[in-house]
Amino acid sequence: MSGGPHRLARGGRIDRDRPIRCEFDGRPLAGFAGDTLASALLANGITLVGRSFKYHRPRGLLAAGVEEPNALVTVGDGGRTTPNLPATTVEMRTGLRARRQNGWPSVDVDLGALNGWLAPLLPAGFYYKTLMGPRRGSWMWYEPFIRRAAGLGRAVHERDPDRYDARHAFTDVLVIGAGPAGLAAALAAAAAGAEVLLVEQDSALGGSLLAAPVTGSLERWRSQLETAVRSTPTIEVLTRTTALGAYDGRTVALLERHDHADPDPDPDRGAARETVVTLRARAIVTATGAFERPLLFADNDRPGVMLASAARTYLNRYAIAPGRRALVATCTDAGWLTALDLAAAGTAVTVVEQRDEIAEPLVAAARGAGIDVRTGAMVTRALGTRGVAGARVESRASGRAQRLDCDVLCVSGGWSPTLHLTSHTGRKPRYRPELDAFVPEDWAAGDFGAGAVVGAYSSAAAVESGLAAGRAAATFCGCVSTADPPTAPTAPAEADEPTALAAALPPPRRGRGRTFVDLQNDVTVKDVALAHDEGYGAVEHLKRYTTLGMGTDQGRTSNVNAIATLASLGARGVGETGTTTFRPPFTPVSVGALAARSVGRHFRPIRRSPLEPWHLANGATMIEAGPWLRPWFYAWAGSDVGSAYREEMRLVRSGVGVSDVSSLGKIDVQGPDAAQFLNRVYVNGFAKLAVGKARYGVMLNDDATVLDDGTTARFGEHRYFMTTTTAQAGEVMSWLEFLLQTAWPELRVQVVSVTDAWAGMSVAGPRAREALERALPGVDVSNDALPHMGVREVVLDGVPLRVLRLSFSGELAYELYVPATRGISLWEHLLAAAAPLGIKPYGLEALASLRIEKGHVAGLELDHRNTLDDLGLGKLASGDKAYVGRALRARPALQAEDRWSLVGLECLDAGARLRGGSILFASGDAIAGHGRGYVTSVTFSTVLGKTIALGLYQGGLRHRGEEIVCAFPLKGETVRARIVSPMFIDPEGTRLHV
Amino acid sequence: MLRIPCPHCGERDYTEFRYGGDASKTRPAHDERDVRAWHDHVFVFTNPRGPHREYWQHVQGCRQWLILERDTATNAVGTARLARDGTPA
Repeated sequence: MSGGPHRLARGGRIDRDRPIRCEFDGRPLAGFAGDTLASALLANGITLVGRSFKYHRPRGLLAAGVEEPNALVTVGDGGRTTPNLPATTVEMRTGLRARRQNGWPSVDVDLGALNGWLAPLLPAGFYYKTLMGPRRGSWMWYEPFIRRAAGLGRAVHERDPDRYDARHAFTDVLVIGAGPAGLAAALAAAAAGAEVLLVEQDSALGGSLLAAPVTGSLERWRSQLETAVRSTPTIEVLTRTTALGAYDGRTVALLERHDHADPDPDPDRGAARETVVTLRARAIVTATGAFERPLLFADNDRPGVMLASAARTYLNRYAIAPGRRALVATCTDAGWLTALDLAAAGTAVTVVEQRDEIAEPLVAAARGAGIDVRTGAMVTRALGTRGVAGARVESRASGRAQRLDCDVLCVSGGWSPTLHLTSHTGRKPRYRPELDAFVPEDWAAGDFGAGAVVGAYSSAAAVESGLAAGRAAATFCGCVSTADPPTAPTAPAEADEPTALAAALPPPRRGRGRTFVDLQNDVTVKDVALAHDEGYGAVEHLKRYTTLGMGTDQGRTSNVNAIATLASLGARGVGETGTTTFRPPFTPVSVGALAARSVGRHFRPIRRSPLEPWHLANGATMIEAGPWLRPWFYAWAGSDVGSAYREEMRLVRSGVGVSDVSSLGKIDVQGPDAAQFLNRVYVNGFAKLAVGKARYGVMLNDDATVLDDGTTARFGEHRYFMTTTTAQAGEVMSWLEFLLQTAWPELRVQVVSVTDAWAGMSVAGPRAREALERALPGVDVSNDALPHMGVREVVLDGVPLRVLRLSFSGELAYELYVPATRGISLWEHLLAAAAPLGIKPYGLEALASLRIEKGHVAGLELDHRNTLDDLGLGKLASGDKAYVGRALRARPALQAEDRWSLVGLECLDAGARLRGGSILFASGDAIAGHGRGYVTSVTFSTVLGKTIALGLYQGGLRHRGEEIVCAFPLKGETVRARIVSPMFIDPEGTRLHV
Repeated sequence: MLRIPCPHCGERDYTEFRYGGDASKTRPAHDERDVRAWHDHVFVFTNPRGPHREYWQHVQGCRQWLILERDTATNAVGTARLARDGTPA
């Protein structure tokens, strides 16, 4: 099996003993292990690999690596579909299914190519200029059609069945890139005693050396370098691993790909497709190399126009003849190396060199290899439509043009160092005219560069700079090398490649055809000129106006050509024009990898009550309340929440019920100064709270907004038990710690969160005392022994039990706390002992509804913007002591009469459906804008037989008795209601004191 | 991606901590009634570029509030001390 008609009989890094068939556009595609999808396509003569973004022009392979702008494919099916992968990075493997995208009905016959004829009507900024009318929102209407016509691949809505992982890692020296510079840096750092992590996005080590002939001295040297690295135990090598982003503190995000062998790793066996690594290095050597740039000439996007370095890679690494007749258009010595290798493989080659002066040995070698050499000449236009068939070549001196035939047109327009990672951390690159390139500069401490990324273009120079950088990085980590300067296997003479170059000439302004700067986004030289003429002459403006440099390739091959084009239009040079800022990720990353295992029920931690097993076994429907899962309602009361919670409310108002309040925040406060401490943090007095008593309290933030409310009980001289709302438990705990550690370190107080240590249950209803008498016969719960706000601590059968007589529902009620592990036994004991009274559990919906009837504020009212007075709690504040927030409470604006304050609302239509979040308007107000307030909590009151609500309303109870309108614009609903006291039932509290 | 040297727990990832604001200001005395003093403390910040002193709490560790030196321009982290021990003069 040949692995394709264009495959050479010998050579390459492919494994000819391991033929692979994959599926491409539904048809079998043959290749070998070691191939990429791109090389397999080229070997099989498939040169039309995609349609361009805007004009649907036929496109072929420009590159052989991650910089590929054209050959985007969709890989996988169903939930495993991954769109927009460059075929140059997709490894051939059995089971791979890939397809071309952005062509309808197919890439080969694409009707969208009509856009090409319309091109004069589709200049840069066309959409923004044209489709914004005729009225606001027009863009919203046009956009989906435009996106479909100009679409890249499509994402799917199905769930991705694959598993992705995340891990953290640490190393002394991180070396990014395993070309000659990176390999040398790793060796030098390890020799100095550093622990080294070497990451390489490719499947093989060697970088640019992988494009050298496999039979030459460069390959022997590369192999020696690899062996040296692999045999050093302190160097960990990760291939198929991309450094996605660099962040502060020398943190680098890596993406490891594991699907090179099996396209569909089995998630049930724990196999992850990809892993995101958060790596922290003490020093970093960036050895990311450089990308070659194409040349600008008319129709430079034709399939068959290929970077010279890519042609050399396809030839030497994949043993593919990219054409029979090659034309190499270049302004760099590197183009000549491709020409020499192509000629050696039997291809007829012409070199069209923009420069007049070339190093004599290079010219001699080319002539000796039978290459047709034309210096001082440039390609002005590629010929052919679905594939390149020739080129128009113009002599710079005479201006005379002639047509030269070719079936592959290799272009070499200079190098762009891969400065993305250094750019991520805000380092600006500097333009170096002698390299015609932007090179990273201004390295931070601990950051080092080596190889082509810092302009060391020859392999020998790259190794030298790698050795120096690796040693410096190890030294920065504190490694002290006693050995001689580090060495790497001796470079052969061929490693000192010629690297001279000149800046590429701008394309001729006249003539037919379109000259593309950015192939992926279909941005032409004319578009850049238009943007410049319309005032978008700064690179960042140009980028946004034309989309140049955006997309999956992030302008790797277009950035500098665009800057040069822009510079040629204005007065500024390339260096002054500057480059755009690169941002992570370096290459596209699947959302699945970023989410890793934090999906589904692992999206975030769930907090569970110690009573949860009982709830689940006894008909509870659970609901998420913040991080907690709480019983919402119970099956005994009904099959849906709407009917069940009313039944549960009736039970509490008429008999006795019990609910799980374990999620309340609980804080153990102890110490000789605990009373003083509580007296400072609560607005109301706690200094004189007696042992055996509890008190409701409210805490403010420093700015006098309400932080939280809750009850604190005093169980001993220096011993308090604080409860907080479920929602604010963490905030309150941190706040208390903050005050004790930063503001009042002199107070002898310790606070400990005991939320998870205690199971809590609330026994509520007129018959609650009877229930306790039956369940706890040894505890005196009479009104005398345990009055309202009285607390008691007892030990029953060796189990500590805390009984607090306090009420959330407005009924006679007790909160019971036992150690979490004993929660279920107490709960079951209560239900059994009080069964004759008809006791039943009630859930969160009833609990919340009961407190609305009573007018108790809770999390929905405490929005961190309201004050004590807004909530009707102003009288609580002690007049004669200092408390947190006291001073700023006096701010004039907080005293304004029209502040949004707590009101009760009664619907005029008793059974009206009122929604939380409804916006409140006075009668006669236009129903528009932010209104005068909003509904915070709403329920149906079983006592009143009507829908009631709590809300915040401008001016609050000053408007008591007024009729207002509650609007819910999303549903087009309006409900009429009357402002009333928020205490809908028992305002005197007589039910509490029975 | 800060790493914070907790005096109790050693160097840890910043995700274990919560940020607590500017630690370079002195909180008014608890019984201070002057609105201006509290206003300045709560609402007025200098937002410096460069070295800064700020509160961080090791919520997923020792629960201690720390005063951390951090350069707001470079994100370089300096020393961390326990807030309980007070700020150096």
